[in-house]
Amino acid sequence: MSTIAFLNARLIDPASGYDETGHLLVKDELIADFGPALFKDGAPSDAEIIECNGKVLCPGLVDMRVFTGEPGAEHRETLGSASKAAAAGGVTTIIVMPNTTPVIDDVALVDFIARRARDTAIVRVHPMGALTKGLRGEEMTEMGLLGEAGAVAFTDGTHYLAHPQIMRRALSYATFFDALIVQHAHEPALVADGVMTEGELATRLGLQGIPKAAEVIAIERDLRLVEITGGRYHVSQVTCIESIEAIRLAKAKGLPVTCGASAAHMTLNENDIGKYLTFCKLDPPLRREEDRQALVEAVADGTIDVVVSGHDPQDPETKRLPFQQAAFGAIGLETLLPATLALVHQEQITLPRLLQTMTSAPADLLGLKVGHMRKGAAADLTLIDIDVPWILARDKLKSKSKNSPWDERRMQGRALHTMVAGKIVHSA
Amino acid sequence: MSAQTHTADLTFPHRHLLGIDGLTPQEINAILDLADGYVDQNRQANKKNSVLRGRTQINLFFEASTRTQSSFELAGKRLGADVMNMSVKNSSIKKGETLVDTATTLNAMHPDLLVVRHSDSGAVELLARKVSCSVINAGDGRHEHPTQALLDALTIRRRKGRLEGLIVAICGDIMHSRVARSNILLLNIMGARVRLVAPPTLLPTDAERLGVEVYTDMEKGLEDADIVMMLRLQLERMNGSFVPSVREYYRYFGLDYDKLSIASPEALIMHPGPMNRGVEIDSAVADDINRSVIKEQVEMGVAVRMAVLDILSRNLPTGGVS
Repeated sequence: MSTIAFLNARLIDPASGYDETGHLLVKDELIADFGPALFKDGAPSDAEIIECNGKVLCPGLVDMRVFTGEPGAEHRETLGSASKAAAAGGVTTIIVMPNTTPVIDDVALVDFIARRARDTAIVRVHPMGALTKGLRGEEMTEMGLLGEAGAVAFTDGTHYLAHPQIMRRALSYATFFDALIVQHAHEPALVADGVMTEGELATRLGLQGIPKAAEVIAIERDLRLVEITGGRYHVSQVTCIESIEAIRLAKAKGLPVTCGASAAHMTLNENDIGKYLTFCKLDPPLRREEDRQALVEAVADGTIDVVVSGHDPQDPETKRLPFQQAAFGAIGLETLLPATLALVHQEQITLPRLLQTMTSAPADLLGLKVGHMRKGAAADLTLIDIDVPWILARDKLKSKSKNSPWDERRMQGRALHTMVAGKIVHSA
Repeated sequence: MSAQTHTADLTFPHRHLLGIDGLTPQEINAILDLADGYVDQNRQANKKNSVLRGRTQINLFFEASTRTQSSFELAGKRLGADVMNMSVKNSSIKKGETLVDTATTLNAMHPDLLVVRHSDSGAVELLARKVSCSVINAGDGRHEHPTQALLDALTIRRRKGRLEGLIVAICGDIMHSRVARSNILLLNIMGARVRLVAPPTLLPTDAERLGVEVYTDMEKGLEDADIVMMLRLQLERMNGSFVPSVREYYRYFGLDYDKLSIASPEALIMHPGPMNRGVEIDSAVADDINRSVIKEQVEMGVAVRMAVLDILSRNLPTGGVS
C-alpha cells in the first residue's frame, strides 16, 4: 500500500496529446489521478513526495526489440541484467526476441521466460515467439498456443523468413489470431558475407558491402504477401529511403503494415565505423547520412511507427575481432532515450512524438495495457530530465555487455526515476 | 649513398605503416629515395648493413605468402635484424586464440618490428592498437598492401623518372584487390592519372569516387597508357560466380600484344604476382624483356621493404628498457 505523489511535472501522455504541468498520484500500483488541479488542498499526508521541478513525467518506455542471452548465453546478458539496463534507460517494458539457445519456439520456453522474468527482472518482460520452429524458416510454430502462453508477436528475430510460400502461410494463418508477424528484412542471398553498407566507404575499407536492395527487396516481397493475405505485418527496423517509400505506399493502400527504426540508425551513420569500430557493426548496417535523415523525418511524420533500441549484447570474444569476423549488434537499452533526445534538441522531432514511438505506439501494436497515462492504468512511469548533460562511460553501464556505439560520447538528457507498477526501480 | 644523404632532413612521423592512406607525397618520396639507395646496396657483393642490429623483426603471416614473406625476411636480414617467421599453420590461432591474444603474446616478447598479413580487412589495424612496437601491413584482406604500392612506385619512378602525369591502367580483379586499393591511393597522392579496367562484376561499388576513371572496355582503358598494371584473378572467381569462364575473361581482359598495342609504345607491364599465365596475361607478354618489369618489381620489393623497416626503426625508442 504505497502512495507516491509527483509534484510539478510536465505531464505528457503522447497518445492523447496531453502535455500540461501538474501533479500525479500513484496509489497501489496504479495511476490514481493526475492534472494541474490535483492537490489543490495539498498532497496526501501519507504520500511519498517526488518534487519534479518541471521535468517530464510520461508513461514508461516500451522497447520492442531486445536481445538477451537468456537462455543460452547468460554471460552476455540475463533477463535480470537487461531489466536493470532497461530501468536505467527509463524503459519499463522490454520485448525479448526468440533468438536464444534454445529458441523460444515452444510453450514451455515462453513459460520459462515469464518465470525467470518474474523472479529476476525489475521491469516487465514479454517475449516474441519464434515464427518458425528453430528459426529455420521451414515450419510454422504454434502461434495460437504460444500467444496464449504470452508471446506478444512472432518473428525469427535476426533471420528473414525467406521462403515466400511459408511466409505467405504464416501471414495468412496469423489472421486467425490477429497475430503480428515481425520480419527482420533482408534478403540473405544479397547480404551474403556483407558487413556494412555497400558503397564508397566499404570500398575504401576493403569490406564486403551489403546493398540497400537486400532490405528493400525483402520488404517489397512481404508487402505483396500482406496484400494477398491481410496478415498484420511489422518490419522490425527500416533503415533507408527506399524502404520508407515502400512502407509509405503500403500504408497509403491501407495495408496492415507498421515498421520500426532503431535509435542507432536514427543517430549514427556509416562514417561512425571509422577505422573498423566493431561496436558500429550492426544488422541492418548503418547507412549513409541521407538515409539517417530520411529515417528521422519518417519517424516525425508517422511513417515509422516505433523506435527501438535493438539492444544486442555482445562480449569481447565476439566483438574484439577483425570487422569481418566480429558479431553484429550493439547494446542500446540505456541509450534509447538519451541518444534520440538529441533529435529533439536539434528540433528535428517533437518530444511528444518521440515519446509516442516508445510508449503507446509499441504498446498498442502489441496489445499491451501500458504506454498510456490514464487514471486507473498501471503506474509505469518515467521521469525524464531532457537537458542534463552526461558522458556515456562503459563501466557505468548496467548491461553485462559493454558494446555501445556511443561509448564515451556526450549525451543530453536521461531518466531520473523509472517506476514499474508503482515501484521505483531506478533513480539516477 | 642516397640513403645516407637523405637521412638528415628525413621526417616520417608515423609509428606504423598500416596503409598508403594518410601519407604525404614528401613521405612517399622519402621512402622511395631511401629505397633507391638500397637498390644499389643490394646489387653489391656485400648486401648488408647494421641499421637494425639488435632489433627483432617478426613476420606474422596469417595468410600464406611466399614472395612477400621472403622479401620482408631478406630485407630485415640485410639490415642486420633478427628475423623470425611465424605462419598461421604453426600458430595457436588455429587453436582458437584470438588475433588480439596473439598480438598481446607476441608483444610480450619485445619485438621492434612486426610485419603482419591477415585475410581480414582492418585486422592489422586492430593488432597495431594492441602492441607497442612498429607494425607494417603486409596485406590485410581487400584493404591495403602499402609496400606493394611503394615498390610499384619505385619501379615506375626508376623507369619513367616520375609518377606525376603518367597514365596508369590497373586491370583485372579490382574488387578483391588490396594491391589495387593501395596503388590507387599512392598514384593519386603522387599526381598520376589512374584508370581502372575490369568487368562490372569485379569493380567495387562507387569505384569512380576513388578519384579514378573507370573502364569496362579494355581497349579504351589502355589507350595511351604509360603503365599497364595487371592484377591476379583467383581461379575460383572464374567459374561463373564473377565471370563465366577463363576463356571469356581472357578474350576481353587478358593482356596480349593486340591489346597492348593500344597503350603507349613505351608502356611498361607490371604484375604483383603470382601470375596466371594465359588467364590475365599472355605468357610472351609477361616475359617480354622490353616491356615487362615484373621481375624488376620483385627486386624493388626488397629495397622498398628495407627502406620501410629502416625509416620506421628511426622512430623506435633507443637505449634502456622501454
